[in-house]
Amino acid sequence: MAGHSPSIDSKKLWGGGSSPFNVSYGKIMMWFFLVSDAFSFSGLLISYGFMRHRFEEVWPLAEDVFTHFPFMHGDHPLLYVALMTFILIMSSVTMVLAVEAGHRMDRKKVIVWMAWTIVGGLIFVGSQAWEWSHFIHGTELGALQLADGTIVQWLSDAKDSFLIPGGREVSGAEALAAIQTGTEVYGANLTVNEYGLPAFGDFFFFITGFHGTHVFSGVVINFIIFVNVLKGTYEKRGHYEMVEKVGLYWHFVDLVWVFVFTFFYLV
Amino acid sequence: MDFDRTKEYVNHHSEEEGKSMRKTIWIIFWVLLAVTTVEVSLGLAWKDLGLAWSFVKWTFIILTLVKAYYIVAYYMHLKHEYKNFIYMVAIPYIVLIVYLIILALNEAIFIHDTDVLM
Repeated sequence: MAGHSPSIDSKKLWGGGSSPFNVSYGKIMMWFFLVSDAFSFSGLLISYGFMRHRFEEVWPLAEDVFTHFPFMHGDHPLLYVALMTFILIMSSVTMVLAVEAGHRMDRKKVIVWMAWTIVGGLIFVGSQAWEWSHFIHGTELGALQLADGTIVQWLSDAKDSFLIPGGREVSGAEALAAIQTGTEVYGANLTVNEYGLPAFGDFFFFITGFHGTHVFSGVVINFIIFVNVLKGTYEKRGHYEMVEKVGLYWHFVDLVWVFVFTFFYLV
Repeated sequence: MDFDRTKEYVNHHSEEEGKSMRKTIWIIFWVLLAVTTVEVSLGLAWKDLGLAWSFVKWTFIILTLVKAYYIVAYYMHLKHEYKNFIYMVAIPYIVLIVYLIILALNEAIFIHDTDVLM
């Protein structure tokens, strides 16, 4: 009843008028969502920063961990993640080109650029899967976990001496005794990681996993909008604002990666 | 009654406007690519160049903020929204995050310095 109660003077009601800030409802809500999502990612990255400073001397460095590149042997730190960054920036460009084409009601171009954006997103997710698989499987040499839980790195392939994080080298009889009570560790999971502190693995899985989930859902949403473009839904509607909204989300995903790249891989 | 009034806020562009927008998009792309290239090369070469780590670290952080600015301002089009809209999005975020960064890192360094593990 209250909904259409005649007792409220219609002059007191807000007639609607124009939307605040001259931005449509949907776009404002997308921005609100992105701000709240930015808080989540910032929280994760800042807590990573906390641990990084807390365990300054013993924290594993990403450049010692992620050194692989497909079809290449040896150490290639940063190259693979640089390639991933390039792919994501590229897909951001194709996305903004799709939005631009939408402003001109150029359906054909929207289709082309959205298709490329989806391809870029899929390549990125695939690259991340490849990196996860390498991190989970670890190196051939592995590492040693001492009886007290500390991870130490082998100093030789013979596995008779090791380096304690912080800088002390152990060999000879002392090493032998420690090796007997310790266990060998290969790769990484949520409880142990051959590169050092388990928290490093946890943060890697959570931050890149949370971001990867965003990329994946971005690809799915882009695909849905892409199908709508193909069907001519927005042509009928008279505007391509939905492309703009998913575009905002997609650029946000790229933006987060810019920060993950710096604070996880560079600093 | 039509509740979806989105139409009123959508900008349609002419061919001419589209052309200049595409030019801006590609310029920003080259900026982002150049900054990323500088970051990666610096990450690979700073030890050989004999640079101080703190200098390299702050260069990374500043370049990251530059990239973030270009993505948000141009690709997400925030620069061309109403000023009050920009403030509404940016100010709460920046204030709270700067506060959290100072709080968390300050605390981390304090714990690191007082509770020596190894």
